Amino acid sequence: MTKLVDLTIAEARDKLAAREFTATELTDAYLGEIEKSNKALNAYITVTAEQAREQAKASDERIAAGEARPLEGIPLGIKDLYATKGVHTQACSHILDGFKPEYESTVTQNLWNDGAVMLGKLNMDEFAMGSSNETSFYGNVINPWRRQGSDTALVPGGSSGGSAAAVAGHLCAAATASDTGGSIRQPAALTGTVGIKPTYGRCSRWGMVAFASSLDQAGPIGRTVRDNAILLKSMASVDAKDTTSVDAPVPDYESFIGKSVKGMKIGIPKEYRVDGMPDAINELWQKGIDWLKDAGAEIVEISLPHTKYALPAYYIVAPAEASSNLARYDGVRYGLRVPGNDIIEMYENTRAAGFGDEVKRRVMIGTYVLSAGYYDAYYLKAQKVRTLIKRDFDLAWENGVDAILTPTTPDAAFAPGEITDPVTMYLNDIFTVTANMAGVPGISIPAGLNKDGLPLGLQLIGKPFDEGTLFQVGEVIEQAAGSFKPENWWSK
Amino acid sequence: MSVDLNTVKRVAGLARIKVDDEQAEKMTGELNAILGFVEQLDEVNIDGVEPMTSVVEQKMKMREDGQTDGGYADKIVKNAPVSEDNFFMVPKVVE
Repeated sequence: MTKLVDLTIAEARDKLAAREFTATELTDAYLGEIEKSNKALNAYITVTAEQAREQAKASDERIAAGEARPLEGIPLGIKDLYATKGVHTQACSHILDGFKPEYESTVTQNLWNDGAVMLGKLNMDEFAMGSSNETSFYGNVINPWRRQGSDTALVPGGSSGGSAAAVAGHLCAAATASDTGGSIRQPAALTGTVGIKPTYGRCSRWGMVAFASSLDQAGPIGRTVRDNAILLKSMASVDAKDTTSVDAPVPDYESFIGKSVKGMKIGIPKEYRVDGMPDAINELWQKGIDWLKDAGAEIVEISLPHTKYALPAYYIVAPAEASSNLARYDGVRYGLRVPGNDIIEMYENTRAAGFGDEVKRRVMIGTYVLSAGYYDAYYLKAQKVRTLIKRDFDLAWENGVDAILTPTTPDAAFAPGEITDPVTMYLNDIFTVTANMAGVPGISIPAGLNKDGLPLGLQLIGKPFDEGTLFQVGEVIEQAAGSFKPENWWSK
Repeated sequence: MSVDLNTVKRVAGLARIKVDDEQAEKMTGELNAILGFVEQLDEVNIDGVEPMTSVVEQKMKMREDGQTDGGYADKIVKNAPVSEDNFFMVPKVVE
């Protein structure tokens, strides 16, 4: 018999409705799995077992009364940057030491309103700044995947490393994540899971710990394209508390699954073919092209000439916004306070002790590029380049392209400590960051394994608010590629 | 453009992060590597290009100018490291 924790959301939903098991049994199965596995993976930093069981009980009552909601009884993990009332919310930073918000983020509230169950809070890179989950105050997350015949630990990617590892290791049915430069799609690719960064404005950012406000966007990581579609439907909403959330109807994304892609125009951007890319990535990309061609899509080569400049522009825009957003952590209103002789010294001591090295680096870069005399040379220029990046995409859409196919990452998962140079680490986001800079949606789908048996992902980039097409095309790739599961070594 | 040790210390002061000489030295190298990386943008012709202000074209939403929330100072200060009578407490700032 299939274990309860091996069911997708769609399967669990149908079986719960058919009373094959209860929401309480499903939640207990996950809590048991977390107990057995979290020591090895370090995906959860706090487990809310009591709350989960209460929610599951309420779900069982709803189901019994015939009042089940779309996510009734589905156990989820929540990335630590979502404010969850009365529960650990620190974006995995020491500076938010002990912070338990008095309010709930809009995205998580939407999920609870639809009947979902919270299993706990998930590990992540500190303030979502990282591509390997090595910057968390709570330690590294370990990828459930290992190289074939090796027991060397690998990173799950980042910043949503806890989310991706928990989904891949079946420690939750799916998870919330967030994406500023690739933080949903890159870890999804490195763990063989599916993750979508929706269009900027699709989900409310209210109650999410801010990193770079013009780039941050909420999204899910799940095991299948369909599960992503189900979750995004619940997460997305217009919200008076976030003026950048967009007042557009949220489609029934699940209805796009299974639709034909015949006649669709898929763009292949030549600028994503970069020097030194491993053969496995090139081969996988070609496979993706062939799968979509076989399914009746039209493949066209396109040019996105400013692709190369997206990452350098990002490393001005994101740190600049971060330096401003993180100014609020001063030891006065919440979290850590380290005393000093006067208030300035208290600020400086608090921030020195509370922020990790990567966060400090980015706050420093941001402060520098925004400092007097440098604004035009850095920030303003980067925002102009951003206009050009978005224009590249706009032109592709004007030429009738329905979606763009690229690799998600330049390579597979690596070992903790393997990449120590900050700029080399930043290159992990080279293919994902363009979508954030242009505000367009992107999804990563597991598409194959490299010679070491590690998962690799393909990315589809879509038109603004056309997530439906990404699910539609994404599922075709998923069907052609099959699914990938790591050998279980972590559950004891 | 690159930064020297004194600039790094000045920026750390602006960012309100205490750094010692050894840390400042290390940061100087790292920040210069990042600034070197972003220098690629100099190749881009940005003449006549408007800076991005919003990725989604939409009118800024307006609402009635009125109080919509509040009345719970106790909750606001609940997470403060030090508070008294619903005030945040800080070291003395005026003599």
